[in-house]
Amino acid sequence: MSILKIDGVTKRYSNHTALDNVSFEIPTGCIFGLLGPNGAGKTSLIRIITQITGADSGEVYFKGERLKPAHIKDIGYLPEERGLYKKMKVGEQLLYLAQLKGLSKDEAKTRIKEWIDRFEIKEWMGKQIEDLSKGMQQKVQFIATVMHEPALIILDEPFSGFDPINANLIKDEILRLRERGATIIFSTHRMESVEELCDYIALINRSRKVLDGPVKEVKDAYKTDTYQIIGNGHLLVTSPDFEVLEQHESHGIFRANIKLLNNTKPNDLLAYLIPRVEIHSFIELVPSINDIFIRKVKETHHA
Amino acid sequence: MHKIWLIIQREYLTRVRKKSFIIMTLLTPLLLAAFMIVPAWLVTISDSAETVMVLDESGLFADKLEDKKDLKFLPLAGTLDQAKTVYRETDNTALLYIPRDFSISEPEKVVIYSKKSASLQTKVRLENALEKEVENQRFIASGMERETLEKIKADISLTTINLSDEGERDSSVVANSIAGVAGAVIIYFFIFMYGVQIMRGVIEEKTNRIIEVIISSVKPFQLMMGKVVGIAAVGLTQFLLWIVLSLIVVGGVQSAFGVKPPPTPLEQMASGREAALGEEVDDADAQAQEEDRAAKVVSESMAAISNLNFPLILGSFLFYFLGGYLLYGSLFGAIGAAVDNETDTQQFMFPITIPLIISFIMSYTLVLKNPDGPVAFWMSIIPLTSPIVMMVRVPFGVPAWELLLSMALLVLGFVFTTWIAARIYRIGILMYGKKINYKELSKWLFYRV
Repeated sequence: MSILKIDGVTKRYSNHTALDNVSFEIPTGCIFGLLGPNGAGKTSLIRIITQITGADSGEVYFKGERLKPAHIKDIGYLPEERGLYKKMKVGEQLLYLAQLKGLSKDEAKTRIKEWIDRFEIKEWMGKQIEDLSKGMQQKVQFIATVMHEPALIILDEPFSGFDPINANLIKDEILRLRERGATIIFSTHRMESVEELCDYIALINRSRKVLDGPVKEVKDAYKTDTYQIIGNGHLLVTSPDFEVLEQHESHGIFRANIKLLNNTKPNDLLAYLIPRVEIHSFIELVPSINDIFIRKVKETHHA
Repeated sequence: MHKIWLIIQREYLTRVRKKSFIIMTLLTPLLLAAFMIVPAWLVTISDSAETVMVLDESGLFADKLEDKKDLKFLPLAGTLDQAKTVYRETDNTALLYIPRDFSISEPEKVVIYSKKSASLQTKVRLENALEKEVENQRFIASGMERETLEKIKADISLTTINLSDEGERDSSVVANSIAGVAGAVIIYFFIFMYGVQIMRGVIEEKTNRIIEVIISSVKPFQLMMGKVVGIAAVGLTQFLLWIVLSLIVVGGVQSAFGVKPPPTPLEQMASGREAALGEEVDDADAQAQEEDRAAKVVSESMAAISNLNFPLILGSFLFYFLGGYLLYGSLFGAIGAAVDNETDTQQFMFPITIPLIISFIMSYTLVLKNPDGPVAFWMSIIPLTSPIVMMVRVPFGVPAWELLLSMALLVLGFVFTTWIAARIYRIGILMYGKKINYKELSKWLFYRV
């Protein structure tokens, strides 16, 4: 069952359309990458899901129900533009934000304690936000986002502003939250993190959804039956079943990208190569999400 | 409702715990104490007596100029040039020269020589002393005694009584004016001080970018109202503390130093009136009389004050205090939402401050002069000006229907401005980096969110 179903959502502002009939579903318990270039409409969509604004037409269903104010406590949102009250102490701030999400004071205190133990930040509790480094502030904000244990967590560019160590810490937390059953929407235009974490993606460009599905399926749909072969010897392909896209040779080592034609299989290529050269590596060239992203964005721009 | 309560709590606690709040709250009563002590202290140190040397060639004033506590006369003999030389060698304030040809029928030609130019006060005192002596001599010349004149002089002070349906009620215009203007001034400053705090709070949330986190948990309207109400509570707390602390400080100063408080405006007005009557306050009798009269005025005023309809004034003060604040407060919030930083607020502040300033100025000019005139009437009915203007009118007595109409309109006005403000607010808080003008703002009123 899907935790979130977006059904024909359209949002217009006075001079432009931010979302144009966007539909997709987010399965429960996955990490979902919401991708798109800047200004594509990601933030507008997130604001509709978090009930900051409403859609002009179309519906959003949360766990099968139409989105309603009671769902607010089941959603955690980390906006791209981070912000906390600068003059407020960390502990008080977390308590306040947790209570606004509907936790009772005692509950909120227990959760805060768990998190400060986990992140080992006990000594920060009495400090004001403005006295913390930017990375520390980000951690506090991450805690504030997930503290009420929402079923759906929306993270807008979660890694921006983190150093590699803290980025890994957050990454581990995201995976841990998924194991505990939370669904995570991960909005970004930086693809390297997507491939690592996401199970599903949806690509939005120019206010329309151009692509969605499980990462594997998307990649399979875009693969071109191309293999990269590295080996020793002098490679000369003459068969009409294989097309050499690229070939380099140096110090007797060659590297070639070869595409299969006429429904041939990788093994056919191997069988063809083995008598001719010594093979060191044989890898399928799968397009990265980044490649697909760029290709799709270019396509829609030309269309 | 629970969430609004949380917001109110946060807004209240973060502000009340601020250093600036604590300092302001403590400092104001201390300043008040200083205002009491310093003038009293100044009076005691400026008590040093002045000595004026007198060269009286006419002989009319010999021994007639009486020494006073702080003004002594030192007669000289000889010529003017000699006197000048003698004066130069002393520290005395001035040299008073009365020439030989001075006469009571033509009291001219008297000259004051002084090293520094004589102060106006000294000049006036010397003139008074001379005038009195000349008058005395004229009385003698006309065969009439001064005492007779004192007996002839009349002393009348009018007691004003309000004739209303509830019967007769002593009233004093002065007490009414003070009660009204004081209420209006407090309301005026409260709206400004705390309205601007609302605006700053909104701008802070916007520039901190926490706004998106908050409004993914609560409705923008809840956040705005929580802020408005929370800050109102801060203001009420501050006023309450000021009143309590001032009473403590005033009481403490009075009992510890035995200092008489500086003249209240009532007393000042009383002495002003005496001065206007041209009374001279030179001899001890007149002084005593003067004090009696001042005391009488004060006690009359006290009576007038106790005759003020306190429950009504206090009730309407609280109503207009909160009503006016709420009416303007949400608008200040809307301005904060429409801009990115405080420097951009000017153009939007203008239409809000204009009605406030106009009603403030009008309240102690036209309205005070004619509390039942058409200007006062309309300004106390229109919600934007009524919190200040009606407050001035209330102590003078306002027909019940006018008061009720004004209050009802204020409530409607508050609902209306809050509606406008909420519509601007919900759009504005998420709008960054865009210079907003009035046209844009008016469009926001009708956006669907």
